[in-house]
Amino acid sequence: MADLNLREPLIFELSKPGRQARSQFPPQPSVPESAPATWDIPAHLRRGAPPPLPEVSELQAVRHYTRLSQLNFSIDTHFYPLGSCTMKYNPKACNAYAMLPEFLGRHPLALEPQGFLACMYELQEMLKDITGMQRVSLTPMAGAQGEFAGVAMIRAYHRERNDAARRQIIVPQAAHGTNPATAAMCGCSVTEIPCDRNGDIDIEALKSAVSHETAAIMLTNPSTLGVFEHRIEEVARIVHDAGGLLYYDGANLNAILGKVRPGDMGFDVIHMNLHKTFSTPHGGGGPGSGAVGVGPRLSPFVPVPLVGKDGERFHWLTERDVPQSIGRLSGFMGNAGVNLRAYIYMRMLGREGMVRVAEFAALNANYLMKRLIQTGYEAAYPMRRASHEFIITLKQENRRYQVTAMDVAKRLLDLGFHAPTTYFPLLVPECLLIEPTETETKEELDHFCDAMAVIRREMEREPEKLRSAPHTMPVRRLDDVRAVKHLDLAWKPAA
Amino acid sequence: MPFIPHTADDIARMLQVIGAQSIDDLFDEIPPALKTAALHDVPPALSEMEVGRLLTERALRDGRPLNFIGAGAYEHHIPAPVWAIATRGEFYSAYTPYQAEASQGTLQLIYEYQSMMCALTAMEVSNASLYDGASALAEACLMAVRANRGSESRRILLPLTVNPTYCKVARNITGNQQVEFEAVNFDRRDGRVPLRALQAYEGQDFAALVVQHPDFFGNLEEVDQLTDWAHANKMLVIAVVNPIALALLKPPGEWGGLAGGTRGADIVCGEGQPLGVPLASGGPYFGFMATRMQYVRQMPGRIVGGTLDIEGRPGFSLTLQAREQHIRRSKATSNICTNQGLMVTAATVYMALLGAAGLKRVAAASAQRTADLVRALCQISGVSAAFDAPRFHEAVLLLDRPVAPVLAALAERGISGGLDLCASHPELGHALLVCATETKTDADIDVYARALADIMRPVRVVRDSN
Repeated sequence: MADLNLREPLIFELSKPGRQARSQFPPQPSVPESAPATWDIPAHLRRGAPPPLPEVSELQAVRHYTRLSQLNFSIDTHFYPLGSCTMKYNPKACNAYAMLPEFLGRHPLALEPQGFLACMYELQEMLKDITGMQRVSLTPMAGAQGEFAGVAMIRAYHRERNDAARRQIIVPQAAHGTNPATAAMCGCSVTEIPCDRNGDIDIEALKSAVSHETAAIMLTNPSTLGVFEHRIEEVARIVHDAGGLLYYDGANLNAILGKVRPGDMGFDVIHMNLHKTFSTPHGGGGPGSGAVGVGPRLSPFVPVPLVGKDGERFHWLTERDVPQSIGRLSGFMGNAGVNLRAYIYMRMLGREGMVRVAEFAALNANYLMKRLIQTGYEAAYPMRRASHEFIITLKQENRRYQVTAMDVAKRLLDLGFHAPTTYFPLLVPECLLIEPTETETKEELDHFCDAMAVIRREMEREPEKLRSAPHTMPVRRLDDVRAVKHLDLAWKPAA
Repeated sequence: MPFIPHTADDIARMLQVIGAQSIDDLFDEIPPALKTAALHDVPPALSEMEVGRLLTERALRDGRPLNFIGAGAYEHHIPAPVWAIATRGEFYSAYTPYQAEASQGTLQLIYEYQSMMCALTAMEVSNASLYDGASALAEACLMAVRANRGSESRRILLPLTVNPTYCKVARNITGNQQVEFEAVNFDRRDGRVPLRALQAYEGQDFAALVVQHPDFFGNLEEVDQLTDWAHANKMLVIAVVNPIALALLKPPGEWGGLAGGTRGADIVCGEGQPLGVPLASGGPYFGFMATRMQYVRQMPGRIVGGTLDIEGRPGFSLTLQAREQHIRRSKATSNICTNQGLMVTAATVYMALLGAAGLKRVAAASAQRTADLVRALCQISGVSAAFDAPRFHEAVLLLDRPVAPVLAALAERGISGGLDLCASHPELGHALLVCATETKTDADIDVYARALADIMRPVRVVRDSN
């Protein structure tokens, strides 16, 4: 039908030799006395053939990328209940004010900009308050780099105490993949411990896992199973008594904002995903920002730079000021513009708004879970309160109708909803991890339930419709196996 | 309530469905002793208008200095369409394209980006971005250790012409994996890595040699010689390059191969910021990485590939995910998950608008402006160029006095005059790294030169009477 028209050609296919977006070219500088500087470049260092980049007009480029944008689902266009990702509304003001020309034009090595640093200093203070930590560094550029900073600090702490043999990182089976990957990047080994039937950590397994080699445990709380680990104080005691530290993966901080502080739960270090909890944009996969907060044990080791304050003057704290720091992790000072957006968001929410985030995220999640149970779906932990997210398992449906969680996810796209996270956590079979966030209306949640009811009927009557979904997207289901077998990773000019 | 849409009626109905009395009930699994008292360091909420006023005041306090600093972040003109496109909600507020069918826009854009980076670097494959240039070098070093099957070593040769912050970051990120770096000296006359400095390492086992080009001082290295030397000694070559410069300079994929050795660098990385990303106090930027097809499975970060759907129509999806943390967990090539997608969106639009001809003009104009700047400043008594090598768009100047007070005096006149190298390269003396791009006019250069001449004016013993 009209399907073929949905395909937008590659920008390279729009290209025509000699076409240019001329007004974007800089003027040719006048060359007074000497020859142009580029003539000084010896021939053997110069480029021969020009790179095969597209040659298009400004309108062609604008139209092409606008059309590509229209092939995306996004928060601005669709409900996006992607579990563990906190896809809440990204307020437009955060972007508008972070893009003031004075902020955008500032070179990172220019003398210390007091206006910008004031924002960063206050952001550090607010994050300390919210997490119950002693010191915050805004340097890590994403959650995984925040994790890296955390584990690197933990290793530095043990090394400082002449206890460097501690290399074991304990994680629950349901942990995010970044946790074990981070442990490996920091030269640690990983021990996975199981969860019990209620989704809590198996305390006996934890007790037998800890030893004089334990560096730390990495936890999210609420866990990736969407429930609050009630015995967290006991977990903290066991790990601390064994000489290990507690790492808080802040991916789920939205659930407890202003309700419980990781510092009060006994954690020694936390990374926050500012692009989740503090609503900076996900941008199609980044940039994020992975600020870390630390308690007294790890305070000497925080990554630099930090923002300090002397009287009324703000300044960067560097290796000189924090001599035991694990050092710099980025070329300058992390994703400064992302941090600025988080700052603006927090100022607009204010003290009272922080608590409401957790409250309404929990209200939406618990409501949606109950409604889906009423629609006939099975919650993985129905006896527990949902935190800000919850898990539906489709193992019954899979047995009865031979449809998978992936089929349901793809069919949801047809019905106008971005799919929840699928197949994570790995230990719940055929699962959907659903996180509605606090910024969605009851009506939107009801529409989602209606769609899930439609899918339920289709499962029973025409399961093939699910297995072959999606039907209305720009492409049908894609062959991922082929993508790996016949690697096609770049357009190449015709020989 | 900011950004929360619930009415009193909604709340009542939702609680009824849940079977809870109050919202507080939803938190009844949290031990009461752990519950937080009120926050005290978060101030009360501001409206959008109030926050706008606050931020505008702070921005104005920072002002807009005339910038001559480079050192890894470069001021280029950013065409208006770049951020008009990148801030479209469909790109700005989407997530990583895990649901490929609902993310074809982002996926195709990344595929185009990968293609453009391959074109610029003359390499076979590119990933979808890393955090920034410095962390990209760290990842490149880890990748080289994995990929160099001919070497048992975890040691890497790292010349002192590489950006010193990149060196620090590479050490900080790879340190817990026992990667070691050997610093290689540069020639004090031309500021480049001479072959003779490498000869001491011949016959030793190293995984890779890092070559930054143009180097931290802005000089052009003898990349062919360095590449051939590394390959002859069974090392991989990690190229750290400026993407804008590649419109003008021989791309890393074509380095070396003169004496019948392997042609081209093996891993290419760098800072993508010059391609349409604002300076913005240091980020967000993006790191890029490209390599040979034979090493693609050792490359960190996301990669987009073309494939077909069940009806045989072309489409795009994330591919080679078996390298990544969400599948491979502790055996992954890196822990990276979120990358710098939105910056890649900007860079792709930027490259599409400029094309090869436009990028070359930007590169040539920047080189010309820097030449003009160096000529103008070196006419001032007490200022000279540190090195006599061919350069791109940065240069080291030597002053006859400490740099910091001079920069402070320039800052008072609204000029960001460059980077003081006294901390990173004390052996150079009073060294100042300056940069001028196509954004600088004759008048701008004149403003800088006059201000510097005034500041550097010899102190007169006897004042003129007037």
